[in-house]
Amino acid sequence: MARLNAVDVALWGMRVTVVLVVVVGTIGTLVKDRYTIAQWVDFVVFGLTIGAIYAQIALGYTMVYGVLRMINFAHGDFVMCGAFAGYFVATPLDRSGYLQDHPVLGMSAILVVAVITSTAIALLTERVAYRPFRRVTGLAPLICAIGVSFFLEQTFRGMFGSAVKSYPSPAWQRSTFDVFGFNVPRVDFLVIVLAVFFMGGLYLIVQRTRMGTAMRAVAEDGETAALMGIDVNKVVVFTFFLGGAMAGIAGVFYAFVYKQVYFFMGFTPGVKAFGAAVLGGIGNIPGAMLGGLFLGMVESIGPTLFLDGLGIPAPYQLRDLIAFTLLIMVLIFRPQGLLGEKMAKKRA
Amino acid sequence: MSGHRPRPPALRAGLIGLVFGALAVHLAVVGVLLMVHQRWIVIDTLTLGQATLVLLATSAGAMAASRLAAQGDAFARGAVGHLTLGAIAGAACGVPIAVLTAMIVLLPLQSIFIALSPDLLDMLTVGQGPELGVPILLVGAALCGLLGAALSLAPSGLRRALIPGAVTVLVAGVFQELIQLMLQQYEGVVTDVREFFYTWDGLSLQGAVGLFVIATLLGLLFRRAQRRLVARRGPPDPKRTRMMWAGIAMLVLVLMPALAGSYIGQVLMLVGLYILMGMGLNLEVGLAGLLDLGFVAFFAVGAYTTAILTADSPHALMQLPYWGAMPVAVLMSICVGVLFGLPVLGIRGDYLAVATMGLGEIVRVLVMSDFAAPLLGGAQGVLQIPKPRIGDYVLSTPVALFYLTLVCSAVAAFVAWRLENSRLGRAWMALRDDEDVAQALGINLVRSKLLAYGLGAAFAGLAGSIFATMLTSVYPSSFQLLISINVLALIIVGGMGSLPGVVLGSIALIGLPELLREFGEYRYLFYGAALIVMMRLRPEGLWPSETRQRELHSRDETLALDAGSDPVPAQGD
Repeated sequence: MARLNAVDVALWGMRVTVVLVVVVGTIGTLVKDRYTIAQWVDFVVFGLTIGAIYAQIALGYTMVYGVLRMINFAHGDFVMCGAFAGYFVATPLDRSGYLQDHPVLGMSAILVVAVITSTAIALLTERVAYRPFRRVTGLAPLICAIGVSFFLEQTFRGMFGSAVKSYPSPAWQRSTFDVFGFNVPRVDFLVIVLAVFFMGGLYLIVQRTRMGTAMRAVAEDGETAALMGIDVNKVVVFTFFLGGAMAGIAGVFYAFVYKQVYFFMGFTPGVKAFGAAVLGGIGNIPGAMLGGLFLGMVESIGPTLFLDGLGIPAPYQLRDLIAFTLLIMVLIFRPQGLLGEKMAKKRA
Repeated sequence: MSGHRPRPPALRAGLIGLVFGALAVHLAVVGVLLMVHQRWIVIDTLTLGQATLVLLATSAGAMAASRLAAQGDAFARGAVGHLTLGAIAGAACGVPIAVLTAMIVLLPLQSIFIALSPDLLDMLTVGQGPELGVPILLVGAALCGLLGAALSLAPSGLRRALIPGAVTVLVAGVFQELIQLMLQQYEGVVTDVREFFYTWDGLSLQGAVGLFVIATLLGLLFRRAQRRLVARRGPPDPKRTRMMWAGIAMLVLVLMPALAGSYIGQVLMLVGLYILMGMGLNLEVGLAGLLDLGFVAFFAVGAYTTAILTADSPHALMQLPYWGAMPVAVLMSICVGVLFGLPVLGIRGDYLAVATMGLGEIVRVLVMSDFAAPLLGGAQGVLQIPKPRIGDYVLSTPVALFYLTLVCSAVAAFVAWRLENSRLGRAWMALRDDEDVAQALGINLVRSKLLAYGLGAAFAGLAGSIFATMLTSVYPSSFQLLISINVLALIIVGGMGSLPGVVLGSIALIGLPELLREFGEYRYLFYGAALIVMMRLRPEGLWPSETRQRELHSRDETLALDAGSDPVPAQGD
């Protein structure tokens, strides 16, 4: 143990540094008092928006991890697929003015196409690339998943080109409206409300339906579940279906918020959402939702709150740094997540 | 799926054909097909794109017929049945392509799918227009399938005799630019030979036929000589033959840049850099089993350290000669490697991959930001890095730098080879196989892991240092996650934990796409596919090391979830 102490010291040093940066930065920012309340509210609203999207993506990671014990590295790319599919519906609808005149029907059409595309790709990926690795442990499944991720990205790049395409943004999305005296962009409001709605739906499916019960049983103990007569294959397919659907919706939302699509867009939100899933306790569905929201908030408020006070120029550039630091801190110090999922301890 | 009544053989052959057809459609929609169509194998006769389609349909026929026969299907066992099934599979392979062709004609697809251009339509319909082209396509596909089935029925001696000729023509045609460039340096007889085989634009028809005949004859002679040798001395040791071929290949590699000029030199230099990095990552992933996706960070550290210590720019701390900066760059990389490894010591498996990827991204975001810009130059990078010099001789040409890389790689390979067989190397392998057992046996986990990160980083730092002087400038955009993926892909394709595998992987994954320049943009598509296919079919890599594989092969069957279903669908039903 004597030697391990050096490592412990280093790890404690890391914790202390991070806490110091956070505390000193926060105090510095608050003392300088350069931001108005309205600006802070903007940060919070954006954090909730992007957090709700991360939460939806994180659900896919968590559910797949629950039943298969594997990280679906390509999940971020399902998000990209959904965004692209939505783009090709949204653009003509926007040009013809339909999306402006009939926002509900227009949005539904975009979401439906996106969901169909991403679920189809998710199911295909599971069948072709992941199923052969069902019994394989070690690095092979993860490496295969990395391969799938690149294959999907490059396929979309080849089909639609490598340029960044700008997502349509109808006038009603750009306007803001008043919540308790603060201006909230309509897109953000829509994304938060719909994301909460869909995640609520997913939670009900997992908790109340027969299939959801089977899913939870497989997550708990796959072998026993199979012995009890549960068709594990069906459960896995169902899981990829749900995860793919959530990813498709999240892709459309992400694209509407950032107003662009390109083939590599799924990577960063994918990695961050994985962080969110671990943060909430991988395999834990409410945990993934909470983790996503938490990560979104930290990422949105963090650069200003922690780094501006330290006098760091252009803190917004370091937004991803904060998200990745949070991810690594969670992996190092609390791999079982905030909600203390028991499964994380079992894995070797 | 098992336990169902078997489907009729024609249907099964058709399904296999459809899979190949879907593959062709994917290639077409992504744009690869048209791209390779623009490269002639034999001038005005056969393009690489056409060859790809023919190959797909032929393989569909061969695979369907031989697989059904191997599964004991009575119909497929007879010669007529065999050929019929091959033709069915070939035709089925043509169906998706024909549907795609029809869709290009009927729908305005190009506004969405940029690759579905009139040129592609022209290629798929053989320039005959859709009404005539689609039937030609289907009949041609069926004939290819028939040919495939016939080949699979033919004696194996015939098949083997055809291979050297086909491969020679393919290589000579596809790489014609390069070969011609190489041959143009010489005069006299070489010019005559070149003009027999090549026209200005590529391999001529008479050249292709000539090459095919020569290569086939040489192949036959070689096999006969080999057989005689075997008869006299008994079968050769496969390991020794392999080493002999590797030796010849190495010799060619070493001499080629000097003979073939600066373009080859540049490509091989890049291959050399990736060999260096591959050997580094090999220590981490192949030996110690630590999957590191943030490897590019060490490469960046090496490059930036060199830049800051040598460059003639305001960001430079001092202006050392290159030889002074290189060891510092390596040392810095080792330090960063250890620092990098420290926090992730306790993380295993999948989580480690994500954590290291996060660390790599952190390094990149930091280097890009205005925060670090005063030191590292931000997005503009550091310019004006001098070339290394020996006395008065400046290593400025790609060929000179290639030999520098070669020397460094040789030293690094020696170090890696000694490490592999050292106490530390054995400790790493124990760690890879089972961390808990390794610890119980008294292996110091902390020390071995940190050494793995540090030494792995040293190789990457060295590569980064050479990279900086090669480009004479460093930008943050050169250090993307994609480089980590490149390195990972090449050691996986080559064979994890195997030094010759690293060389083979670099040549295949870095050198080939660099030579076929238009492939550049599709490189990652093939990497992705290569990772999937390698993991499915040959997880130990093309040139596996003898002691490894355990990391990739299942030790723990109890984790299997689906007790009832068929684990390998392609071989099932």
